[in-house]
Amino acid sequence: MAEAVSPTTSKKPETPRIGVFICHCGTNIAGSIDIDAVKEYAKTLPNVAYVDDYKYQCSMPGQVNIREQIDANKLTGVVVAACTPRLHEPTFRAASKDGGLNPFRFEMANIREQNSWVHMHDREGATEKAKDAVRIAVAKAALLEDLYPKSVPVERAAMVVGAGVAGMQAALDLANAGIKTYLIEKEPSIGGRMSQLDKTFPTLDCSQCILTPKMVDVGRAENIVLMVNSEVEDVEGYIGNFDVTIRRKATGVLSPEEAEAKGIVGGGCTGCGDCGPVCPVTKPNEFEMNMAPRKAIYIYHPQVVPLLYTIDWDSCVKCGLCVEACGEKKAIDLEMQDELVQVKVGTVILATGYEVFPIENKEEWGYKRYDNVITSLEFERLICASGPTGGHLVRPSDGETPMRIGFVLCAGSRDNTGIGKPYCSRFCCMYSLKHAHQIIEKIPGAVPYIFYMDIRSFGKMYEEFYYRIQDEGAKFIRGRVSNIQEDPVTKNVTVYVEDTLLGRPMEIELDMVVLAAAVQPTELTNKTRKLFGVSCSQDGWLLEAHPKLNPCGTTTAGVFLAGACQGPKDIPDSVAQAEGAASAASIPIHKGEVELEPYYAMCIEEKCAGCGMCVNLCPYQALSLVEKDGRTVMQVTEAKCKGCGTCGGFCPGGAIWMNHFATPQIVAQIDAFLLGGEQ
Amino acid sequence: MAENPEGWKPKILGLVCNWCSYAGADLAGGARMQYPPDIRIVRVMCTGRLDPLFIMKAFTDGADAVLVSGCHFGDCHYLEGNYKAAKRMFLVKSLLKNIGLDDRRLRMTFVSASEGAKWAKVVEDVVNVTHELGPSPFNRKYGELKELV
Repeated sequence: MAEAVSPTTSKKPETPRIGVFICHCGTNIAGSIDIDAVKEYAKTLPNVAYVDDYKYQCSMPGQVNIREQIDANKLTGVVVAACTPRLHEPTFRAASKDGGLNPFRFEMANIREQNSWVHMHDREGATEKAKDAVRIAVAKAALLEDLYPKSVPVERAAMVVGAGVAGMQAALDLANAGIKTYLIEKEPSIGGRMSQLDKTFPTLDCSQCILTPKMVDVGRAENIVLMVNSEVEDVEGYIGNFDVTIRRKATGVLSPEEAEAKGIVGGGCTGCGDCGPVCPVTKPNEFEMNMAPRKAIYIYHPQVVPLLYTIDWDSCVKCGLCVEACGEKKAIDLEMQDELVQVKVGTVILATGYEVFPIENKEEWGYKRYDNVITSLEFERLICASGPTGGHLVRPSDGETPMRIGFVLCAGSRDNTGIGKPYCSRFCCMYSLKHAHQIIEKIPGAVPYIFYMDIRSFGKMYEEFYYRIQDEGAKFIRGRVSNIQEDPVTKNVTVYVEDTLLGRPMEIELDMVVLAAAVQPTELTNKTRKLFGVSCSQDGWLLEAHPKLNPCGTTTAGVFLAGACQGPKDIPDSVAQAEGAASAASIPIHKGEVELEPYYAMCIEEKCAGCGMCVNLCPYQALSLVEKDGRTVMQVTEAKCKGCGTCGGFCPGGAIWMNHFATPQIVAQIDAFLLGGEQ
Repeated sequence: MAENPEGWKPKILGLVCNWCSYAGADLAGGARMQYPPDIRIVRVMCTGRLDPLFIMKAFTDGADAVLVSGCHFGDCHYLEGNYKAAKRMFLVKSLLKNIGLDDRRLRMTFVSASEGAKWAKVVEDVVNVTHELGPSPFNRKYGELKELV
């Protein structure tokens, strides 16, 4: 069997004296588990010196009791049988520390989330399981050793990935707090989805009017390093010390600063627009939802930040006409290559946003088959004064002004057919109400028909807005649209729906239908989150550290979330979360140092044969072979080791000691369970 | 299904990673999803930590089944520990067959931190399969070593 103590232990030979504290959690635990039986059982376990129970072990009296009993009973380890260690391990470690014990001498038995709550109708089974859990925890606690977290300095810089309204807000807050912030955006301009919107609900502010000043602020902020056309390529390191590699994609256009660096005095792109008209290639403009043209060298719209043209390499024919048109400014370089940039940051905020679900997958609604069935984002561009039609709403089929317009809510949301998304996309009700208002306001006599399941107007002043739209004359039909058919001659569309309030099927002929399509995480979000080791929910939205108490954090220390990448959010919620994430991300930076969990690997040199298998297994290059006293042995670079234990799980000689998850400790747990404590 | 001995309850060891499956099991609790209580959990930071000997030790100690559960491929908190664990599980499964144990007694699953319902289902499945297989031959109290060669 393996060594019982670590190679560098300060643990003196001692007889373990373990204190066991059992929590009732009100009736959360005591309702399904016989606390007295567990208590009596714990007293019979080897090495147990003290047993107690309490109604709320995490409360102040509960913690004080732990502190006092450590001293009174000369405890060498503490076991608390309560909730999950993911909730209260820090609480009880602190209590153990207050009692004079090293906090890593504490072990938790989870008898709530993984016991009383999941065996609510099996008191006997739950009680037996709780006894076993206590026995397993006591066995580990008897072998735990003192550990000392290491403090590492935190790089005084942060990174925000995604420059929509959430990312911009987070970057501005960090910059204003005096922190150098790298803002990474994959598109040629910052602004995100919000810059495509016409008006915002329920206040009807013009989206561009409130967003562009912020975009200009970001572009001007001294502490913000803005990188557009850029993606995160690779991430190494840990909280306080992330080494991030960013791919700056070749735009083919030099900014004035880049031009100056290349010795082109007074050159670089000024956004004058001389290049665009001479370009022979015409492509659909993605920003206008492909409803307007752009050239192969282009800007999305006149308010872009930074105001720099970009070349779309997929369509550029490299004819060189733009280079000629640019002339003396010499801003265009058709041979430009991608550039990899390395930056070091202390904390990171992911704000990668959302994209629209491909609603053509719901074939019954005919999107992409029928000209006059469009999505809400297309509607936003058509009604927007800076959009392709100058704000005149027209039918795509014939350019006529539509008078009867249908809005299909929950288009692909709250859909359990397996084609759409099971969740509520959260902001579609409100923007569809806003669309209805805009039609009534702009087109005299036009009637909006809103097909809904429920109207979810949950925010501040949202319900009042709903009443207002009802009063303005929008027609609300409660029912899910089953089918849409196009008249091949008039191109009108007929909506088939059951009005579930009247209990009868309806057919309504309309000029145009707008699908309030579901939203989903962007494809790039999934790639980026993996680089940062952030989990996602089943739907792909990034997973917060705790749904209630840590909605901005993630399970990767030092990485935070803002905006719709964590779940569908409207603008005020995105901005609020961004400010929260910026605050959270600035804490370690202002503190200047962070403590790392001391779960790193150690080499038991007498056992190490120097085979080097572990060196190749380590995903962090934390292990290496060194010559020591004439032998080859493995050496751990503690700062690089994250404590996964993959090396320790493989070492054929049992020569690796994983702090806090050492082989003898795990084997003791297995034995305690299966052999009932006998060794 | 063979008649199982009276009084026998499956002894199932769950070796789960801290970041995905342990969190998923906590989520099942938060949502009060009910499943059979026959499993005992030992938490490790990553399934990559699992030495094949831990699992062999559990079986020689008399475990009726072992469930190893980690993050989904590509989702490991430590990049690739779950791949390495999965490879080792193939090894352990073949070892189990060699010593005459049904390799269905060892199962590896991937349960994310958001899959509480999946965790409940996985445990229920493992408990059902263990009931089908009956006590392990190595089970200290109910095992019948005669099954072994």
